[in-house]
Amino acid sequence: MISARGLEKRYGSRRALRPLDFELERGGFLVVTGANGSGKTTLLRLVVGLAAPTGGELEVGADRAGLGYLGHEPLLYRDLTALENLDLYGRLYRVPERRERAGMLLERFGLWDVRAERVGSYSRGMVQRLALCRALLHDPELLVLDEPFTALDAEGADLLDRWLRELAGSTTLLLTTHDPGRVKPLASARLALV
Amino acid sequence: MNYLGDVAALARKDLRLELRARDTLPAMLLFVLSTLVVFHFALPSGADELAAQGLLWVALVFTALLGLTRAWSPEREDGALDGLVLAPSDRSAIWLGKSAAVFVFLVAIELVALPAFALFFSPLDAGAVLGVLLADVGICAVGTLLAAMAAASRTRELILPLLFLPLAIPLIVGGVGASVSTDPGRYLAFLGLYDAVFAILCWASFEYVVSE
Repeated sequence: MISARGLEKRYGSRRALRPLDFELERGGFLVVTGANGSGKTTLLRLVVGLAAPTGGELEVGADRAGLGYLGHEPLLYRDLTALENLDLYGRLYRVPERRERAGMLLERFGLWDVRAERVGSYSRGMVQRLALCRALLHDPELLVLDEPFTALDAEGADLLDRWLRELAGSTTLLLTTHDPGRVKPLASARLALV
Repeated sequence: MNYLGDVAALARKDLRLELRARDTLPAMLLFVLSTLVVFHFALPSGADELAAQGLLWVALVFTALLGLTRAWSPEREDGALDGLVLAPSDRSAIWLGKSAAVFVFLVAIELVALPAFALFFSPLDAGAVLGVLLADVGICAVGTLLAAMAAASRTRELILPLLFLPLAIPLIVGGVGASVSTDPGRYLAFLGLYDAVFAILCWASFEYVVSE
């Protein structure tokens, strides 16, 4: 699904990602770890196409329709409600029966009761849950998650654990975390950035 | 049909955001009205009517610039532009949807500004009104693209006027010509040509503006 050879990213003279080789097979689960500034977020932005490599080669076996991405920012509109955000993205991703799918995700992530409230009024953890709903809305074949447990309370983190267990094996997963122990039983490979 | 549906959904989203936040329209309205009031007192009594027509275009272009400065603010917050760019729909739909929303804002402002101008200065004829509408298309097409380019910069408020105003000069030439000429047809045709050429250029180049 993903193949990187000598993949590198520089911003001017600053190196954001050291040359890197890795492979991730379809259905695999790669956990990326590393200290702050080691290039975890940069790597994920390269994989989803939000940044372009400055060196090496990167092949990703999924097009934009098959990619789900959770970044450091939620990629949501604060002045829209949860339902309106998901409806907009569902339309752009051509999700069949998008309202039913959005409703199911909101229900499972515990946001159904606040579905008609503006995202700007949500707590950080609720925004993270909604951002997960957005990333999962179109049932992507490759799911790229940048520190997804950030800001989630125990209940939210358990919900995410359950989703990851359900997805592992059928969906290709690429995830960065500072707590690799949490996803260790599910991961098929680990990549430590330096 | 999917493409036009995406454009409509994106434009509707911008209109909804503005109705809720009321960030841009009230500021544009106050700006254009206060500018016309200032011009009313700044222009000596008995001044040439042609000068007043020119001032109308100054007010409209700077009001549009005010709106364009904020056009991509909702997308900058919380990285929503990345979300739109990642979606599999054609990226030019993002530009077209935003341009359509800015066009609606401009027309809404002009529904108040043009009668106010007629009240303070002189009535506008059909050629002038048509010139304003055609210029709006060009302003939205070019301005939305340039605002997206500027949005990536920390000095966006400085960069946008520097990029936009030189490209707006032909619109002012065409608009003022359509307002004051006895034969506005050729100025309107010029504005139509500008709109067509720049709309195609902006539509085709937006993909490169939002890609690294």
